[in-house]
Amino acid sequence: MPTFAHFFETLLESYPVFFEGLWLTIRVTFVSVLIAVFIGLFFALFKISQSKILNWIANVYIAVIRGTPLIVQIFIFYFGLTEFNIPKFWAASIGLALHNGAYIAEIFRGSIQSIDKGQMEAGRSLGMSHTLAMRRIILPQAFRRALPPLGNQFIIGLKDSSLAAFIALPELFSVATTQGARTFDEMTYLLIVAVYYLVLVLIFTLLVNLLEKRLSASD
Amino acid sequence: MVEKSEMIRVEKLNKSFGDLHVLKDIDLEVNESDVVVLIGASGSGKSTLLRCMNFLEIKNSGNVIIEGETIDPEKNDLNKVRQRVGMVFQHFNLFPHKSVLENVIEAPLMVKKIKRAQAEKEGKELLAKVGLGDKANVYPNKLSGGQKQRVAIARALAMKPDIMLFDEPTSALDPELVGEVLSTMKELAKEGMTMVVVTHEMGFAREVGDWVVYMHDGKIVEKGHPKELFSEPKEQRTQDFLSSIL
Repeated sequence: MPTFAHFFETLLESYPVFFEGLWLTIRVTFVSVLIAVFIGLFFALFKISQSKILNWIANVYIAVIRGTPLIVQIFIFYFGLTEFNIPKFWAASIGLALHNGAYIAEIFRGSIQSIDKGQMEAGRSLGMSHTLAMRRIILPQAFRRALPPLGNQFIIGLKDSSLAAFIALPELFSVATTQGARTFDEMTYLLIVAVYYLVLVLIFTLLVNLLEKRLSASD
Repeated sequence: MVEKSEMIRVEKLNKSFGDLHVLKDIDLEVNESDVVVLIGASGSGKSTLLRCMNFLEIKNSGNVIIEGETIDPEKNDLNKVRQRVGMVFQHFNLFPHKSVLENVIEAPLMVKKIKRAQAEKEGKELLAKVGLGDKANVYPNKLSGGQKQRVAIARALAMKPDIMLFDEPTSALDPELVGEVLSTMKELAKEGMTMVVVTHEMGFAREVGDWVVYMHDGKIVEKGHPKELFSEPKEQRTQDFLSSIL
């Protein structure tokens, strides 16, 4: 085990080496989760739709994604997409987006269905179409209710982005293993990268809590 | 006497939920400026009948005729029809993520596409009319039940409907808050609004109703002017119901 002094010193000194990886991790996470939210919203609407075909499409998508390991999905997208000269960054982002999208679809479905039926009826009774009432009345409330599990999913997505190291994307975790191998000081660099992830998660948790507080002004 | 025009006519209306036959051959007519009060035990079908009048429930057979037009849910644009038929719900169903004024102007803005300044002006007037002019920027969770229901009434009126439906508007209220909602409804009746009201408030039915309709087991048992129906009901079942609640 490294001494605390050695760990702390390396933590401070290695900052320039980690910076690129940190920035890449943040980008992959934000891009993939942003896409995942849209995918999740669409598949949630598919799932609650009256159309049996749309239900079926959503169910198959969710079953396939939840039924296979993320690392397998990332490799499939890596080999599948790089064949078309699509960069690794996008292979990782799309893989993570489709993965998180399946879980977010279930989060949105639950939160949409948890909104009182009277809300839709009130909208319809005022002459709104189903789509308009969904957009103006149901979804804003459902999104607010989905925020805590969504934040949780975002944290999972952030940590899962470390799997992109296995397709040689130079993100945080990959920097740690590379530096560890180079210096034969693996444990120090693994502890350092753990600190990076922990701080990212804590900052993000704080942001979600602030957002929740702001949005709950009317509760 | 001038013939009042017909606002709603229901003909041979039948509605079932699965095996449950809720409305059985209902015939009912509501004329302009009439206040028609539907009474009856719970499960008698009165709320379902009301909900068939703005097509929140779709009949199995029979006709629902709104202002002379037989509405076919397959062909007519129900969103257009519902703009003429406002509804107030037992549980208010205010939009909790919108302020009181935003609740009121939402449909005029998004459905009728009128200008925001105009919508806000009319919205504030309506809120003043229901006695809540000072609550425009408050969120619904800060209101009492009675205030919520008055906002719901203002919200429905904002679409300038020809007909207002009230589905047990005071049933979810604490007793001391019932009065303020009923007096708002009385005002509305006085202005000549055509109203169909499902309620257990017999005082309101007696005082404001032009017609009282007693329903039992999915059928209209008796329809009459409140004075007659309450003091000398013709049907035994109406007598039994009235003596059980009065």
